[in-house]
Amino acid sequence: MLSRVADSIYWMTRYIERAENIARFINVNLNLSLDMASDVSGAWQPLVMTTGDYDVFEKGYGANYSKENVIQFLALDHKYGNSIISCVAAARENARSVREIISSGMWEQINRSYLMLKDAAKNDLAIKAPHRFFKGITALSHMFTGLLHATMSQGEAFHFALLGQLLERADKTSRILDVKYFMLLPKPENVNSPYDVIQWGAVLKSTSGFETYRKQFHRIVPKQVCNFLIFDPNFPRSVRCCLISAQCALHKITGTQRGTVSNPAEKSIGRLCADLDYSDIDDVMSAGMHEYLDDLQTKINQVGIDIRETFFKIPDNQMEQTSVQVQ
Amino acid sequence: MKFSNYSPAEYYDELFHKDGTVRDGARKLIDTIESLPEDALLIKQQSAETSLLQLGNTFNVYGSEEGTEKILPFDIIPRIIEDREWQQIEKGLQQRIHALNLFLEDIYHDKKIIKDKVIPEDLIMSCAAYRKQMEGFTPPKGIWCHVTGTDLIRDTDGKFYVLEDNLRCPSGVSYVLENRQVLKRTFPEVFASSRIRAVDEYPHKLLATLENLLPATASNPKIGVLTPGRYNSAYFEHSFLAQQMGIELVEGQDLVVSNDRLYMRTTKGLSPIDVLYRRIDDDFIDPKVFRSDSMLGVPGIMSAYFKGRVAMANAPGTGVADDKAVYAYVPKIISYYLGEDPILPNVPTYVCWDDKDRAHVLDNLDKFVVKAANESGGYGMMIGPHADKAEREEFARRIKANPRTYIAQPTISLSQVPTVIGDHFEGRHVDLRPYVLYGEDIYVLPGGLTRVALRKGSLVVNSSQGGGTKDSWVLNDTF
Repeated sequence: MLSRVADSIYWMTRYIERAENIARFINVNLNLSLDMASDVSGAWQPLVMTTGDYDVFEKGYGANYSKENVIQFLALDHKYGNSIISCVAAARENARSVREIISSGMWEQINRSYLMLKDAAKNDLAIKAPHRFFKGITALSHMFTGLLHATMSQGEAFHFALLGQLLERADKTSRILDVKYFMLLPKPENVNSPYDVIQWGAVLKSTSGFETYRKQFHRIVPKQVCNFLIFDPNFPRSVRCCLISAQCALHKITGTQRGTVSNPAEKSIGRLCADLDYSDIDDVMSAGMHEYLDDLQTKINQVGIDIRETFFKIPDNQMEQTSVQVQ
Repeated sequence: MKFSNYSPAEYYDELFHKDGTVRDGARKLIDTIESLPEDALLIKQQSAETSLLQLGNTFNVYGSEEGTEKILPFDIIPRIIEDREWQQIEKGLQQRIHALNLFLEDIYHDKKIIKDKVIPEDLIMSCAAYRKQMEGFTPPKGIWCHVTGTDLIRDTDGKFYVLEDNLRCPSGVSYVLENRQVLKRTFPEVFASSRIRAVDEYPHKLLATLENLLPATASNPKIGVLTPGRYNSAYFEHSFLAQQMGIELVEGQDLVVSNDRLYMRTTKGLSPIDVLYRRIDDDFIDPKVFRSDSMLGVPGIMSAYFKGRVAMANAPGTGVADDKAVYAYVPKIISYYLGEDPILPNVPTYVCWDDKDRAHVLDNLDKFVVKAANESGGYGMMIGPHADKAEREEFARRIKANPRTYIAQPTISLSQVPTVIGDHFEGRHVDLRPYVLYGEDIYVLPGGLTRVALRKGSLVVNSSQGGGTKDSWVLNDTF
């Protein structure tokens, strides 16, 4: 398929997944702030901190990290490139440029989602009924993923779609864990307090992993939760599970077997999956949770860079070579 | 909503006779609308608009901010064309396109029509769309204009006239297909009981037209639609057509020429492509041959084209046949090449380049519509009877400065169709753009795009000037 098309499909699903994860972030904070009414003053700042875009925030809103400001910024701010509405708009632009490749159902779903968000930006729904609003975003994203699986032929385009979605999801799960650390670090006395259990429960809920975790491990133990969200081979939002599926999608695209390597993208994702296969939560703890997650995110980024170099860009010198081969 | 207060007034009405009785072909539709409960039609109109918006069939306004993306205004009352009228239109268009194609082949080769003094040499050579690079070249199978959209209007006398030809990259056919989808949902009862000719075969016919350009030996050929990209106002159409035909939608950046062969950049390296339905203008196709500053096209593609290694529809250089000054000569072109009288008449046209014509135009500016020969989209025109003194003086100045670039036509009272305006019907002026494909034979899509001037009294139907669209029904008596 066309490199440009592959690029657009990959980013279309990445952006939808990103929008969903922002909604998840916000939703978990909404729940938390209700449970911890006495300690809400700094509850919204960490959300902006984990995006890394606090300078953008402060340019527009000053240092006032109120719930309203943070929700407006993360959900509906057109000027902020990583807000939900900007992500959905970007997904829609990508979808528009590959409309002839994706199913019309997928296009219509993205288009409807965008129109709905534009309306919401006008009528303040995100502030007035935030729970409903952010649940709605998650549902829109799920419907999109459902359409992807139910209506799109499982060829190359489909696997690029999965690749974008799964890499984004792996990255965001690691960031959700990081938020928790950001919130806890200043207060070591809270470790293992009921407060802590509530917070770890919220982290699990924001990844839809609460029920699965409970069934497997019953008691909420911070280390076990981290283990689950990073290493669990079966939970669809754990970092490892996402990356293994992404690796499968990548090999479906190139047609090579897992375990063999034909390009830099396969190499970097293969190495990352092997890392995850052969390390455990104790390794994470000894490296330091935040440091480990930071390193993980850098490696996921590298996979993204290698995918771009391998599939989306064809350098001019390689072009001449390939064309000689084709003839 | 009822038609009891609707009057066709002094214009030709597509659905009603002058005395207010319903034309035969429209009876079923009018009866259906009359039988609807109060407000039902408005609900139908709104749901049609919503469904177009949700389908995302919007067009971008150049240079516009987010939020100004809009659907082409759509009115649910169709225009109806009866079988016997359509047969004339079809024959007339086939004749016209046949002759224009012979004309294009001739002026890029022997120029017999000039030598025989049927059309002045200066007029052709000064045409902005004339491409010297095409001289001596014959496109595959001798076909230049594979896709044409010819604009027709109907005057007060009920006769169809050709208003202009569009042989470069005529757009709008996607709206014909989408409008039909919406109308089938809006008036299913009328479709079920009328013989409305289907338009859905267009993508199939277009694909066949493109396949016709392939050498018979081509195995597993690749065909693509070449678009300037998603910021182009017709991008929706480009992507829609590629999707409907199941072929690649490519941009200039996706393509590269190597050893006179055209390739697409794919995830697995370069892959050859054989035919392009190009939707970018001549000027931008190849910076090595035409405008060197173009980023939209593909360097070297013309060289591959001249060597017959890639085919293009339409051929570069076809624009010379839709220059508005050349238009005035089309009846002569038809008689010259085919020895026939034109079936579809032109609107009488004065070419300002001609001294006598110009003098007449300048003396009667208040009666004429003046148009720039190389403009389209309703730009660069003046409607004499509606223009004020200053505007007329301005156009007089422009005509004297550049006589070659202006033509003038009498104002024609375009026919009208009842249109939903607020909570009632009003007549609005329409034109008709049927689409013609030149492949193994010349095919005319039954129907076409009806553009409607939504502003009261306006004669300008262009979408860039606030026009909308309607579905066009061609009735079929023969089955």
